Amino acid sequence: MSALLEVDHLEVNFGGRVSAVRGASVTVERGETHCLVGESGCGKSVTALAVMNLLARGARRSAKRLAFEGQDLTGLSDSGMAHLRGNAMAMIFQEPMTSLNPAYTVGSQMTEVLRRHKKTTQRAATDRAADLLARVGITAPGLRLGQFPHQLSGGLRQRVMIAMALMCDPKLLIADEPTTALDVTVQAQILRLLAGLQRDLGLGMLLITHDLGIVARVAHRVSVMYAGEVVESAPTAELFANPKHPYTKGLLRCVPVPGKIRRDEPLGSIPGTVPRIGPGFEGCAFRERCDFADATCAHTVPRHAAGVAHDFLCRLPA
Amino acid sequence: MLQFLVRRLIVAILVAATVMTLAFILTRLSGDLAISIAGPNATQADVETVRKAYGLDRPLTVQFFDWVGRAATGDLGESYFFKTKVSKLIGERMPITVTLGLTGLVIALLVSLPLGILAAVRENTALDRVVQMVALLGQAMPSFWLGLILMITFGLQLGWLPISGTGSWQHYVMPGIVLAFSAIPALTRLTRAGMIQAMGSDYIRTARAKGLSRASILLKHALRNAAIPVVAIAAVQLGFMLGGSIVIEQVFALHGVGFLAWESIGKNDFPVVQAVVLVLAVIYVALTMVADLMNAVLDPRLRGP
Repeated sequence: MSALLEVDHLEVNFGGRVSAVRGASVTVERGETHCLVGESGCGKSVTALAVMNLLARGARRSAKRLAFEGQDLTGLSDSGMAHLRGNAMAMIFQEPMTSLNPAYTVGSQMTEVLRRHKKTTQRAATDRAADLLARVGITAPGLRLGQFPHQLSGGLRQRVMIAMALMCDPKLLIADEPTTALDVTVQAQILRLLAGLQRDLGLGMLLITHDLGIVARVAHRVSVMYAGEVVESAPTAELFANPKHPYTKGLLRCVPVPGKIRRDEPLGSIPGTVPRIGPGFEGCAFRERCDFADATCAHTVPRHAAGVAHDFLCRLPA
Repeated sequence: MLQFLVRRLIVAILVAATVMTLAFILTRLSGDLAISIAGPNATQADVETVRKAYGLDRPLTVQFFDWVGRAATGDLGESYFFKTKVSKLIGERMPITVTLGLTGLVIALLVSLPLGILAAVRENTALDRVVQMVALLGQAMPSFWLGLILMITFGLQLGWLPISGTGSWQHYVMPGIVLAFSAIPALTRLTRAGMIQAMGSDYIRTARAKGLSRASILLKHALRNAAIPVVAIAAVQLGFMLGGSIVIEQVFALHGVGFLAWESIGKNDFPVVQAVVLVLAVIYVALTMVADLMNAVLDPRLRGP
């Protein structure tokens, strides 16, 4: 049986000048939470949008393989893709404040997605919307259905987005930094909710974040992205215990772990920023910021296996 | 919401009062009314008789407050020329002007909404530029000139449409088109800008992520938000059309309120002139209030929590 989502050598560029994603490969198994981590501008969100075919006009997408439940997505027509979106594969976004249409009620926006994809009555759709609002922890769902987005807080709006994404019983949920724009206390609630839903509904989840704390708590598998490439991918425990890529090691050093770090020990940081990379770039994109870089890093870099389901992209041996 | 309405109402009354004052002062500035009413062959004694008969010998402030007081109770005075009540004169002609204004508005919306949407969807293509060019051209074209061109082409040469009068619905087609042209550029550009902004918004990305059809994304989710400013401006444009139909009613010989104003100005029939200005101002202010109300209906955020 094929994996839920297979992305092999995904390339995305904007107007042929900026390469946002360069050969990234990500696989999400059924019922698995796969976290995509990396700093801003590394291509995480673009990867997610490319999978959903929601890239802005002017973006070009290509891949050796891009498949959902074994079905090729690259050759799919716009309407074929629209039939999958919001249905078997759903997505939630970073901006809960602006992601709902201000002109329509919560209920109308939730029911329309079910009525678009499934044969159902408005009555049944409204009932399902109310059930899901209750399921994502919203009290008085009947009242909320009749409210407009501006009457809800950011946390509530994100819960509505999550409930709306679940309307058609998706197999895959892509969550693009779903907690970044929220208050810290609300972040934890939303994260617990997502983790619980993933487990209970057996969702495959592609969770995009730059927060390694989130990764440690919910991910089964982690892929670290840097400058449009997946530089390391491993099961969560393995990655935290045995990071191989210098960038992954650097990222982990940036996170304080209570009990493991001395009070006077300085917190790590990685100097510099992610470079903007155009077409024709060769070698390791991290070499400018890497302590272990040498002349060979300017050439093609090998991908190593470092144990079961763990691989990384670096000249250093495993 | 109620507070908002009361505030708007106070502003509306102030605007009406200002317009009344200006209309009164401007008619007085156009020369000695007694002389023009009495006619070119009148003697000095005749003029004095006229002055007394029409109450023009009283101080200006007294005349002004007399007029305002009567207007407030709905008495707009009597026409010097037609010898009938001004309110009756305006009432008889208003249907023609309103029909013309609504025809113009409907034509304008039927043209500019699809054009604006099309230009937005094909942003920065040749089609977009053609639409913008047409809008610019429409803005630059004087309405009397366009009216004459249409009359020559469709009225005289092709003989498809009547060129003057108000006998049938066909009489309103050409003037309606000319009137619409004054509103089409603004409405088209507003629709285009609103649609471009809406299509780039996060909620449209959500709508696409939900797999909605292209028609639903464009017409239900984007247009609903893009239409908010368009509706408001359309209501204001209708006000412009009702007032601005003076020229077009003249060109097409439609005996509406604009035509009445034109005649009365020529005859120094100043109770009529003052009243027409007042009525049009009140309509205009009322329409801007309607625009605000429609905004609140379309944009739930304006309705308060």
